[in-house]
Amino acid sequence: MNTTNILIAGVGGQGILLASEVLSEVCLMAGLDVKKNEIHGMSQRGGSVVSHVRYGEKVYSSIIPEGEVDILFSFELMETCRYLPLLRSKGRVVVNDWKIAPPSVALGKQIYPENLIETIEQQFPLTTVVDGLTLALETGNAKTVNTVLLGALSNILDFDHDMWLAALKKMVPEKLVDINLKAFAAGRGTNS
Amino acid sequence: MNKVLLSGNEAIARGTFEAGALVACAYPGTPSTEILENMTRYKEIDSSWAPNEKVALEVGIGACYGGARALVVMKHVGVNVAADPLFTLTYTGVRGGLVLVTADDPELHSSQNEQDNRNFAKFAKMPMFEPSDSQEALDFTKLGFEVSEQFDTPVFLRSTTRISHSKSVVTMGERPDHIPTPSLERNPAKLVMLPGNARKRHYDVEERILKLEEWGCNQSFNRVEKGKGEVGVITSGVSYQYVKEVLPDADVLKLGMVYPLPKQLIRDFAANYTTLYVVEELDPFIEEQVQAMGITVIGKEKIPICGELTPGRLAKGLFGIALPDESSTHHLPPRPPNMCPGCPHRGVFMELNRAKAFVTGDIGCYTLGFMPPLSAMDTCVCMGASIGNATGISKVLSEEEQRKVVAVIGDSTFLHTGINGLMDMVYNNSTATVIILDNRITAMTGRQENPTSGYTLDNNPSFRVDMEQLCRAVGVEHIRIIDPYNIALTRKTLREEMARPEVSVIITTRPCILVPRDNLDRRPSLYVDHDACTGCKACLRLGCPAITWDETTKKSNIDKIICVGCKVCQQTCGFNAFKEVEA
Ligand SMILES: Cc1ncc(C[n+]2csc(CCOP(=O)(O)OP(=O)(O)O)c2C)c(N)n1
Ligand code: SF4
Ligand code: SF4
Repeated sequence: MNTTNILIAGVGGQGILLASEVLSEVCLMAGLDVKKNEIHGMSQRGGSVVSHVRYGEKVYSSIIPEGEVDILFSFELMETCRYLPLLRSKGRVVVNDWKIAPPSVALGKQIYPENLIETIEQQFPLTTVVDGLTLALETGNAKTVNTVLLGALSNILDFDHDMWLAALKKMVPEKLVDINLKAFAAGRGTNS
Repeated sequence: MNKVLLSGNEAIARGTFEAGALVACAYPGTPSTEILENMTRYKEIDSSWAPNEKVALEVGIGACYGGARALVVMKHVGVNVAADPLFTLTYTGVRGGLVLVTADDPELHSSQNEQDNRNFAKFAKMPMFEPSDSQEALDFTKLGFEVSEQFDTPVFLRSTTRISHSKSVVTMGERPDHIPTPSLERNPAKLVMLPGNARKRHYDVEERILKLEEWGCNQSFNRVEKGKGEVGVITSGVSYQYVKEVLPDADVLKLGMVYPLPKQLIRDFAANYTTLYVVEELDPFIEEQVQAMGITVIGKEKIPICGELTPGRLAKGLFGIALPDESSTHHLPPRPPNMCPGCPHRGVFMELNRAKAFVTGDIGCYTLGFMPPLSAMDTCVCMGASIGNATGISKVLSEEEQRKVVAVIGDSTFLHTGINGLMDMVYNNSTATVIILDNRITAMTGRQENPTSGYTLDNNPSFRVDMEQLCRAVGVEHIRIIDPYNIALTRKTLREEMARPEVSVIITTRPCILVPRDNLDRRPSLYVDHDACTGCKACLRLGCPAITWDETTKKSNIDKIICVGCKVCQQTCGFNAFKEVEA
């Protein structure tokens, strides 16, 4: 089995680290070698955040070699575009249709770029757009967007449904398990 | 088998537990911080935050002199602070094992420089292990304690950001049943480093390094991995992983101990190849030593000396393979980090900007006061530097310009190494204004307790340093205590103290908004009344992430999900547009 490379991108505070924890746990449960990597620190104050997850028979580098990302799994629209060059030419994109204004936009100095979904889809036809926030709100809590998105991602990965549920139960604080399971189901239903 | 996913930092904590250590001490610093945070799960180990790295190491040394195994942890620049005890610790040697973790930060993900601390191993003459993944981080930590006792030396464990913060699969072990009981044992010839004693010990230090070098030639952590036999590579640490990606067919000499180098092993290995690479991040540390042995290698002539390596950067360096073209992303607005909504530091920087102060800065969340629109920091060198820098620059300025100089420093940084600067400022009759941003936590590195928070690492209440008394004790006469959420008071105080031709200290008292026990008074969010808002943009000078400008309505908006109701924006608005949601 070749190594699969998933790059998770977004903005500090969106729950990216938990999502990458759950995904890595699923890989471990599936008996695979897995490495994940992200930068803590400055990036957590609302800056742009990426997490690399790699799994397969044997994984060496925890950083995905540039240009070998198989799936770009993105929590924010513009952040998606920042990392498109790192994808393989036939790579896939799972993107949350959510715009968060960076400081220069919030200050009225720059404008948030337009038609980003079209740009992404043009380059990468295998793109899934998820309205994570709406789905999260429907299941009861805006904070579960990350789990909704994991649900959407799970549709294009070869892991048993049960493993996802087991990993979620393991990684999420106990009192939040139910709401996260609902959020996961909502995300998984989006394109099945 | 018990397989788990651990980060390098979690693995180092686990390894310390499995080594039977009794003491762990650190000062926080990215990427090392989570090691001690994880240590709290092992109740058998006395773990604590020290006020700075020098104290952390001195505490570790004391524990090891008592016969216990001790772990000491710091980020790379922390070793500069701890270097004084370190360079003599190598002379005294240890009793219980002592492992010093240096967590380096190639690429400066969250640091002020990217120094390569392998040089410290050579400089201080002590062995250094360098893990390549979490399993090795655990194993080498345990090994480090053994080597420390076997060779009577402190041992370095060098991590880097990509080791500390990567998770990989680890098989865990157990803590030993029997751990030797510490006790007092006098040994002045070894532990009292007066010239007469130290002179003799220096010979032991030199002899020990030679022994380690020889010993390292037959140890499994320095190993050869056979490939196709055409190309040889010497590497270590995280670079090893990139070599396996980029040169899968090469023969690899993987070094687990990067100092001292196993010279004979290297000679034997090198003899097989006409093309021999040394692949290492940052300095040509291995390369220069191998070259000094008369062996020709290819290293920094192809591999970058600045920044971290990645598989792509290595392939580019070695074979000229281009990295993906990222020019299509250059037009995207950048997304730098920002202080949190409601951060107590924000208003102070807005006022420093307004006062046109020359701000000698320091390191902490408040360093983000450098970013626009606050743009109020003019220097930032190292922890504690702000106060000494202010003293120095004031010495050479005209009286009028002196008034503009303001040193800004956080509570943790002030206690780390700032207090000495303040003592000097008073003692030598300098003038400047010092602002201590006391948010009662070490926030930048993820909110660690410190002597001003009144809690210890394991969250037990403790004595809380009285900042005001502390400043008085070193001779500061003019001390103003202010609530930084009160902008008018902040402005007035700043103006008055900047005008004063003497040392004055302003202490701000709001806790960091992210510390749950302190922000019980978190208030409802505000909203912008669009009938009142004239679109003057005055509030945007605050740079609060909750406030965004809407280009279509030409008015400001508040994101109520992230606004914490600090009401600082309200005080920037001349038209009373920031309103509280009616209860
Ligand atoms: C010698 C050294 N040790 C540790 C660090 C990591 N570090 C950066 S800022 C900081 C402390 C910040 O705390 P404080 O001064 O209270 O400011 P805050 O972030 O709370 O605003 C630390 C520990 C460093 N840069 N240098
Ligand atoms: S963590 Fe605390 S001190 Fe740091 S920016 Fe946020 S509110 Fe300010
Ligand atoms: S009250 Fe104003 S300054 Fe404070 S967090 Fe809310 S929007 Fe930001």
